[in-house]
Amino acid sequence: MPSIRSSVTLPHMRRRHFLTLSAATLGGVLVYSLDRKASLLSAQHKPVRIPLRFLTETEALIVAAAASRIFPSDDSGPGAREAGVAVFIDRQLAGSYGRDRFRYTQPPFEDAPDEFGYQGSATPRQIYREGLKGLRGFHHLSPTAQDEALRKIESSLFFSLLRQNTIEGMFCDPIHGGNAGMVGWQLVGFPGPRMSNLEEIEKYYGQAFRPKPLSLRQATGVKVRPSEDES
Amino acid sequence: MKTLPAVDAVIVGGGWAGLLMAKELGARTSLSIVVLERGPSRQPSDYSTDMDELDYAIRLRMMQDLSRETVTLRHDAARRAVPLRQHGAFLPGAGVGGSGEHWNAQVPRFLPDCFELLSKTTQKYGASALPEGHAVRDWGITYDELEPYYTRVDKLLGTSGQAGNIRGKRIGGGNIFEGWRSEGYPTPPTKVPYFAALFRDAAKSLGYHPYPAPSANISQAYTNPDGISRGGCTYCGFCARFGCMVGAKAQPSSLLLPIIQKRQNVSVRTGAWVRRILLDPAPKSAARGVSYVDAAGQEVFQPASLVFLASWTFNNTRLLLLSGIGEPYHPATGRGTLGSNLTHQVTVPSATAFFDRPLNRFMGAGSAGFLLSDYDRDDLDRSSLGFIRGGYFGARGYGFQPIGVFGVLPSSVKATWGSDWKKAAIFYYDRTATIGFAGEHLAYKTNLMDLDPVYKDALGDPLLRLTMDWRDNERKMVGFATPIAVDLARAMGARQINPFPGLGSYDATRYNSTHVQGGTIMGDSPAYSVVSPYLQHWQLPNLFILGGSTFPQNASANPTPTVLAFVYRTADAIVDRYLKHPGPLA
Repeated sequence: MPSIRSSVTLPHMRRRHFLTLSAATLGGVLVYSLDRKASLLSAQHKPVRIPLRFLTETEALIVAAAASRIFPSDDSGPGAREAGVAVFIDRQLAGSYGRDRFRYTQPPFEDAPDEFGYQGSATPRQIYREGLKGLRGFHHLSPTAQDEALRKIESSLFFSLLRQNTIEGMFCDPIHGGNAGMVGWQLVGFPGPRMSNLEEIEKYYGQAFRPKPLSLRQATGVKVRPSEDES
Repeated sequence: MKTLPAVDAVIVGGGWAGLLMAKELGARTSLSIVVLERGPSRQPSDYSTDMDELDYAIRLRMMQDLSRETVTLRHDAARRAVPLRQHGAFLPGAGVGGSGEHWNAQVPRFLPDCFELLSKTTQKYGASALPEGHAVRDWGITYDELEPYYTRVDKLLGTSGQAGNIRGKRIGGGNIFEGWRSEGYPTPPTKVPYFAALFRDAAKSLGYHPYPAPSANISQAYTNPDGISRGGCTYCGFCARFGCMVGAKAQPSSLLLPIIQKRQNVSVRTGAWVRRILLDPAPKSAARGVSYVDAAGQEVFQPASLVFLASWTFNNTRLLLLSGIGEPYHPATGRGTLGSNLTHQVTVPSATAFFDRPLNRFMGAGSAGFLLSDYDRDDLDRSSLGFIRGGYFGARGYGFQPIGVFGVLPSSVKATWGSDWKKAAIFYYDRTATIGFAGEHLAYKTNLMDLDPVYKDALGDPLLRLTMDWRDNERKMVGFATPIAVDLARAMGARQINPFPGLGSYDATRYNSTHVQGGTIMGDSPAYSVVSPYLQHWQLPNLFILGGSTFPQNASANPTPTVLAFVYRTADAIVDRYLKHPGPLA
């Protein structure tokens, strides 16, 4: 018997959207040549299709393109594209952060000087959705035209969130969907959650100590659940 | 409202202060004791997998849920306050252990003259040395009286450090400007991160007296007088905003909870949101218990013979205001005491220094480093500089994670995104460090707390309203500190230095410290204070208020050892005197 539900679109349902990331652009191991130019040994051989939780496919492509201009892949190493920043941002927006689960959101909303912090009622989800409307077709533009478009919105709240979330997606633990293959950590020499530096802390004065990064899951052997996966 | 069976003592708040009181009374008496904590329960084992910067340090998983309750702020009484809708200048913790779980465990003592600030300053420099509109007070107790309790705190925590003054004998290598201590530290100083070593050497070369930062994140295995053993720090760098993965950091959940859990007479109820303190109907001379909303959402009354508030500065003050206990302070008339003397430790990054060598900043601990107190001492006349009092400089290797610090750049770099920015940010990522300054905050008549007339919490009670701004004394002090820090950074070999631009208005978005104090201050007279130096309410002798809310003004030093010393002293007075003859202790 056909269900009534199958014929109507419920407000909380939507067509499934995917972000397709091509081979050689997600994660991997960084290799530095003698002149400190970084290149990526790809960990991926096939395109990856990642189901989106909040963004539409077009929105995700714009976020990915914009994050790549904020944190580009260039001769100083891989960037937002390889780290999977768009996937990270999509998951954050779908989770408690995106819906302002922990922010005080009682009215009235009054304007106040910057020292009082963000006073608006819009959630990160709403700020992204509105902000992305202003970047229609962005992912089809040339890099120069993209930079020009971003410069126009540089002082907006949307841009400051996008910039902050891009940094988060570059350097978070990989359980959150960003920092794929720990490329962000390799770029800056952060080893992740290293349990002990007791022997090293006074040993490497003035010289770089760069242990191989381990993710939280690798370091603890425990499958940790990120907060965006909680209800 | 359901009424529960009466207990001897109810303690509101399960952080450092509340759990230490529960442990002392619970272990030394047979009193029945209930601790009411509105946050979740917690075990040290929870921290074995918390080393995730995003969820803990950026999304602030261990902090209070502001969607349910926050505070409002205005800079002066002429303006309307707005709510602080997200965390910023301070980070109050939630759950068992409170902020004592996610702290950095920096444990300096207050200077002796802090406790007699009004009389000592007036004596030395005349009453005109204090700024106009100040509300500076004596505490009604001296450092000498408190010293034995400070020593007990150091033994409880196992504090690591190097003494600089044992019974008046100055000891090089320690803080020679500190107050006397009866004994040295229980454990030796921590290891020294590279940046702190550079600071130590530069400070010495400039003629200063740097010393290892006192740390309750301990340097080696230690067993405290309660028989609680823990191992030494491994310098993983996940301290502030995290619980300690190896248990080296002193936390209420590891030092106090295991003892409490063994006692049949003490229980900790979580999810219990206290809303009111109830009084005897007439003549309203005693508290008879507290009402709270339990984890199931039910309103319950917990009768008790003794009531302790230990729910941090804001909530201690707010609960008295909501319960109508005491007269709210009125700045215009000077009447009332409740809510006065709001202060916040003056903490700034005086110099951000950029080096050409890597610093390995991921290694460290919340209080591993060196401090310098040459400008934080009671024998220095600064009257010609236009401000009074001072503070200490610090170079600590907290242990840094990348989201929080990526993109801090010399002011010569103009880009804030794109290739040039990225390249510079990667280069400087591990070559940047900050010399911090922490100064005293005097109390002023115009900095206070009361109930907000507009904004409510999730249960419909008014939020607490802060009226607060910096004054010239703080601005000049910070301005004085900046060139000193810049000179230190230069002597450390910094290539470029960003000096702190100066203190403007009180900024609720820049993390300052979680050392906000006042509201229910102690003193030797009910004319200007809410509690006596035994932390006992002047009008209700069976009500005790624990924590920084009782401090008349903010010292330069971080407050936890002082909070705990007063809890020990009050617990002794209750066990030795009050239980035999209930009534005023002072």
